[in-house]
Amino acid sequence: MTERLWGILTDSFPKLLGYGIRVTIPLTVLSFSLALAVALVIALIQYADIKGLRQVCRFYIWIVRGTPLLVQLYLVFYGLPSVGLVLEAFPAAVLVLGFNEGAYMAETIRGALESVSRGQLEAGYCVGLNYLQIMTHIVLPQAFRTAFPALSNSMISMLKETSMAATITVMEMFRQAQVINGRVYESLGLYGEVALIYLIFCTLLSWGQRFGEKKLGAYGGKTR
Amino acid sequence: MMLEAKDVKKNFGETEVLRGIDMQVEKGDVVAILGPSGSGKTTFLRCLNFLERADAGTLTFDGKTVDLHTAGKKEIAALRQKTAFVFQNYNLFLNKTVLDNVTLGLTLAKKIRKQDAKDIAVQALERVGMRQWLDRYPSQLSGGQQQRVAIARGLASNPEIIYFDEPTSALDPELIGEVLAVMRQLAEDGMTMLVVTHEMDFARNVSRKVLFMEHGVVVESGPSKEFFAHPKEERSKAFVQSILDARQ
Repeated sequence: MTERLWGILTDSFPKLLGYGIRVTIPLTVLSFSLALAVALVIALIQYADIKGLRQVCRFYIWIVRGTPLLVQLYLVFYGLPSVGLVLEAFPAAVLVLGFNEGAYMAETIRGALESVSRGQLEAGYCVGLNYLQIMTHIVLPQAFRTAFPALSNSMISMLKETSMAATITVMEMFRQAQVINGRVYESLGLYGEVALIYLIFCTLLSWGQRFGEKKLGAYGGKTR
Repeated sequence: MMLEAKDVKKNFGETEVLRGIDMQVEKGDVVAILGPSGSGKTTFLRCLNFLERADAGTLTFDGKTVDLHTAGKKEIAALRQKTAFVFQNYNLFLNKTVLDNVTLGLTLAKKIRKQDAKDIAVQALERVGMRQWLDRYPSQLSGGQQQRVAIARGLASNPEIIYFDEPTSALDPELIGEVLAVMRQLAEDGMTMLVVTHEMDFARNVSRKVLFMEHGVVVESGPSKEFFAHPKEERSKAFVQSILDARQ
């Protein structure tokens, strides 16, 4: 390795890591929170079979899953201004990433809710609980445990997908690498560094997942 | 009369599962509901607690009559306050400990203070011999233990009647005894019980009355001793005979 390249790498690494921590991670956390909220609402509407709204949910899932994330980002950031809806890059990215992953997570959560046996609901009714109490104390906690591995997957995907926000001018980690590279022309080294940082972030998330699963596994056994 | 069901009917699609069931239960009665598979006995029991919605029929409980088909949320909740239900598959809350399984209904539905609920729960668990397992989760217990906890969960709400839906049918043979022993003790303590069962020893020796169903109708009902010694109807005779034959 030449001294020049070494200099560039040691120079850029803390800078890239800084963008990762200050932009990529908040972008992931915000988008994921939005996705989780959207997914929960959509899944619960379908689980409770609320007429009318159910069709709206299916329509939303159909649209989001049937179109590419990149196209959705372009539509919202470059397209909507022509009908007077102008969004800053960062909020636009949060909205698109959140509603995009939310559609997938809604299906995960719906499946987990439906895997909780009817008997759990019936037992809840028989001891005098109402629907809301049964959902919050019995069904949702059990469904959350079932959904946890798939939701962790979604979070890891989302962390990497935040790099797409670079295409709508969000100055996140990947875009910062592009900017530096525009100056020094060291694609292999710089994008390699970015890849390494994503890998570190994802590894940490995987550890978090394992820890979470252990905690959730406290009550053992399978849900019947 | 504590409980009276009249003309309970239920169809699943084209199939008539219940074709007008009548039943009377006195306070302190232990009634065994017998019959071959598919006779509608479980469905009947579930209709009484609105786990299935009957197509017709009335239920009079403590002098108050509700329509099993049209009863509203409030009426259903009021009835469930006075009853407990024990399921074939126990249906303990899988994400709750033994203690929480018993206290949950007390604290949330009856608004009993946590500490008081705990005292009641411990007492109920003591009665079924599960006191030393408070912190276990259902998955860490045997089927017999789970069913005893389920009975304690029912007892804790101080019900006027407990419905049992084949409480021993899902259990390994060596675990049936411990559950039946608990039920026998409850019967001796004067608890009113309605038991769908295939346990003939229980029906014969513990229950005081028998309701024998087939194809959605009551074929014969009366005191247990009489039913097993001198069944009146042809179908009951054949049923009792088949049990005796199976013994040999």
